[in-house]
Amino acid sequence: MTLNTILQTLIFGVFVGSIYGIVAVGLGLVFGVMGILNVAHGDLLMVGGYVGFWLVTLTGIDPFLSLIIVGPLMFLMGIALNRLLYRRIIRFEGETKLKNSLLISFGLVLILQQVATLLWTGDERTIQTANAGKSLMLGGLVFPYTRLANLGIGLLIIVLLHLFLHRTYFGKALRATAEDWEAAILAGIDIQRVYMVAFSLGTALAGIAGTLVAVNYGLGPTIGLSWTLKALIVVVLAGTGSVTGAFPAGILLGVIEAISALAIDPAYREVVGLVLFMLILLLRPQGLFGKAERGLA
Amino acid sequence: MPELLEVHDISVSYADLQTLWDISLEIKKGELVVLVGPNGAGKTTLLRSIAGLDRPSTGSILFDGEPIHTIPAHRIVERGIILVPEGRRLFKSMTVLENLEIGAYNQRARPEKNTTLQGIFEMFPILAERQQQTAGMLSGGQQQMLAVGRALMGLPRLLLLDEPSLGLAPLVVESIFATLQKINSAGVSVMVVEQNVHVVLELANRAYIMEQGRIVGQGTGVELLTDQNVREAYLGYLPETPQP
Repeated sequence: MTLNTILQTLIFGVFVGSIYGIVAVGLGLVFGVMGILNVAHGDLLMVGGYVGFWLVTLTGIDPFLSLIIVGPLMFLMGIALNRLLYRRIIRFEGETKLKNSLLISFGLVLILQQVATLLWTGDERTIQTANAGKSLMLGGLVFPYTRLANLGIGLLIIVLLHLFLHRTYFGKALRATAEDWEAAILAGIDIQRVYMVAFSLGTALAGIAGTLVAVNYGLGPTIGLSWTLKALIVVVLAGTGSVTGAFPAGILLGVIEAISALAIDPAYREVVGLVLFMLILLLRPQGLFGKAERGLA
Repeated sequence: MPELLEVHDISVSYADLQTLWDISLEIKKGELVVLVGPNGAGKTTLLRSIAGLDRPSTGSILFDGEPIHTIPAHRIVERGIILVPEGRRLFKSMTVLENLEIGAYNQRARPEKNTTLQGIFEMFPILAERQQQTAGMLSGGQQQMLAVGRALMGLPRLLLLDEPSLGLAPLVVESIFATLQKINSAGVSVMVVEQNVHVVLELANRAYIMEQGRIVGQGTGVELLTDQNVREAYLGYLPETPQP
């Protein structure tokens, strides 16, 4: 095993991790603000992947450019889902709300998978990019252009989200609602509106991640659950209050998986993440970037 | 003076437990009204009902003559009723300045945000000094100042306060009450729930006494201060024993 192999593995870990990061940021935002666990997050990613796939296939638009359309379309879907489903459980107290959100979103998982299978069959699909197979070579290391684009898009999203949460008035209202929704109402915030935006943003992020997954891996109606699981591991790793921290945590998971595949065996790739999940819950339940008190960073 | 707030025969229940029974009261423009009573009397529930966090099952609440018990709580804030809740409920992970900004979120207060902020920094210079610190880092007294400041940012016409002196040192309590008086004399009507009955009755125009979810007495502050029953129940005076 040469140094080059190790470095190359780390680099690919970072690329994979940047997708984990985008998926987890969306899940963490919804969880942090609304206090619900949306296990359908990975299936919204799947739907977003198909939206991206058909946009690219039918219009011939560049896959990365299609994100500008996929995002808003999925945002609209988020508004509809929040209206139809999640809005109904938001008035419950903490644990009841969480349990109900699990039931509702699991139901949504089943529906989305069935509908996707009916509409688009179980065939695996991928989005072809213009630069597929082309890479940047640097000091003997390979940087595929599409993977570099993942990282760039992930970084851009995280910077924009951070600016939104910390610099805009509505973003501050969102953080206030995450910390104490009743105090937020008393400050004059329409929290139903905040919940709608948080959920729809989460859905849009899932959709963007889905399109990236379709470009880099492949798309099928049943890929959702494994992405939800990845996102959940990353959210716990980052700490549930740390929305923007989910991105570096995602990269960390990607790197750890890559190293374990190299050092132990690629077959144990998935196991490593789950072991990490349990260790974090046992040893540092507030996560790497989370604080003990409730709030959104 | 015209009535600012009118509460007509409201009852409030949680699940099967009724906590307020046929409460009626009114607050006039510019008044400072105190609500006293033992723990569990329903004082907090009454304030929460006026603020729209709890809903009465019967009765009505009018503000400026318009019903507010049917509109969402954040709209009540917009009308000008602002509650400083029990335990202050600051956004502790956010900065002092952000807490104040959030206070001016409602549509009526937002355009005035910067002007109001200057006024609050003049009233509480320590908040100006610490504006970039997170609210959780402040001392108890400073947190209460921030809670009052955040409420004032919303340009209240009726300010509701739930035990603002709880857990604070006597000197700090004094300054909080002095502030309340200042706010009141600037034209904001105030209703305060308070355990420091003696101090607050001296400030108050009027007071209501609550027990077990009902209003059992009312009067001017001075009347209640000299009322024998009130003195025994809330001020810790022993009944005068008849001299032989």
